[in-house]
Amino acid sequence: MKTIPVNPEQSPLVILDLLFKLKIKDVMSSPVITAVRKDSLRTVQHLMRDNRISGVPVAERGRLFGIASIDDIIRALEGGYIDDPVERHMTTQMVVLEDDMPLSFGISYFEKFKFGRFPVLNKENRLVGILSSRDVSASLLVELHNEYHKLEAKLPVSAIRDVNTVTRGFRVERYDFENAGKAAHAIKKILSEQNYPPALIRRVAVAAYEMEINLVVHSLGGTFTFHMDPEKVELLAVDEGPGIPNVEQAMQEGFTTANEWIKSLGFGAGMGLNNIRRNADDFDIQSAVGRGTTVRATILLPTGKDAPPQTP
Amino acid sequence: MIKELSVEALRCVEGWRCVQDACAATRVEEGFTSDLLSDIMANAPAQSVLVTLQSHLNTVAVASLAGVRAIVLCSGREAPPDMLEAARREGIVLLQTHDNQYQASVKLEAAFRSGCVGS
Repeated sequence: MKTIPVNPEQSPLVILDLLFKLKIKDVMSSPVITAVRKDSLRTVQHLMRDNRISGVPVAERGRLFGIASIDDIIRALEGGYIDDPVERHMTTQMVVLEDDMPLSFGISYFEKFKFGRFPVLNKENRLVGILSSRDVSASLLVELHNEYHKLEAKLPVSAIRDVNTVTRGFRVERYDFENAGKAAHAIKKILSEQNYPPALIRRVAVAAYEMEINLVVHSLGGTFTFHMDPEKVELLAVDEGPGIPNVEQAMQEGFTTANEWIKSLGFGAGMGLNNIRRNADDFDIQSAVGRGTTVRATILLPTGKDAPPQTP
Repeated sequence: MIKELSVEALRCVEGWRCVQDACAATRVEEGFTSDLLSDIMANAPAQSVLVTLQSHLNTVAVASLAGVRAIVLCSGREAPPDMLEAARREGIVLLQTHDNQYQASVKLEAAFRSGCVGS
């Protein structure tokens, strides 16, 4: 059975959206109950009992040294060394999360590493929280509940809203240049049919095409999704790796990791991410090496008196 | 004076051969020369003629997104069948030439000047 019954890659868009929008820091337990290295395993056991928790990070002034779990305590009781200092028996080979990562990464870690909890560090490598599967399930329930209310609130406003809401997903494979552009083409068609101005359509289509090409050229494969409602178009590219080691560098105009073959096709000019950002009203990129990259671009649509005339 | 030219006029440029002309009546207003697809997407004007080396399917896709109406393939590059088909579908005229991009750009500019029907 899965620890968390949500697939961070293939779920309805509203869930994917949520998993991406929520950061680890929004979901983790904080402050963390910690022990120091010299504490005995018995002290740790009492911490667990009194706080009803099953894992205690060992940290001093924010620096993480290890983590002790209930299994460590049980082994100590069996082995008769419960009064030993925790530092001699704690787990020091840890997988940690960063507080700014999207929740989707956290969820995939539970599946990948089979730990019950992950210490969470900030950019300065200080322990700022702990993420257990219970934290994830509880916050997802709350957020889904909120989302459900938001969706429901939208329903009765008018039927046209529903007609004008379109969501479509495309699977994009590595080096599949032949199918690159299918999504951009589809979006362009939908926007044209709804009489949006050509300049706006071009912005959306260019951002979408660059996102598709990035998946084709740089990722191991991924999904491209677009969601359109009367207020905006949202483009979301989620891939399965390899991840970008330095996002800031990748954003620099002209920086590219494309090989000569890709370049000979006219791709890999190091302009793609900037082209997306320039055309979007809102742009966000998240990446973790070994996990993957998520790019989101939102383009606002003209509304009210600026909205295009609808053809009957 | 607005530069304007019928795509039809491009067929008459010396050394250029039209290989896909489904929409030859289209009017074009500017030229743009580049081999980088991102650059074309970002900067090629709508209603323009693209001078490029990139003879493959994706060139048609970015040309279509940018509103390019005709593509001049330089240095003897041949358009593969899937590119021809995509251009036909998108209503984009394809021309081939042995000119390099510089020579083709100069000829295009001359065509705009002489064939100008500006009002």
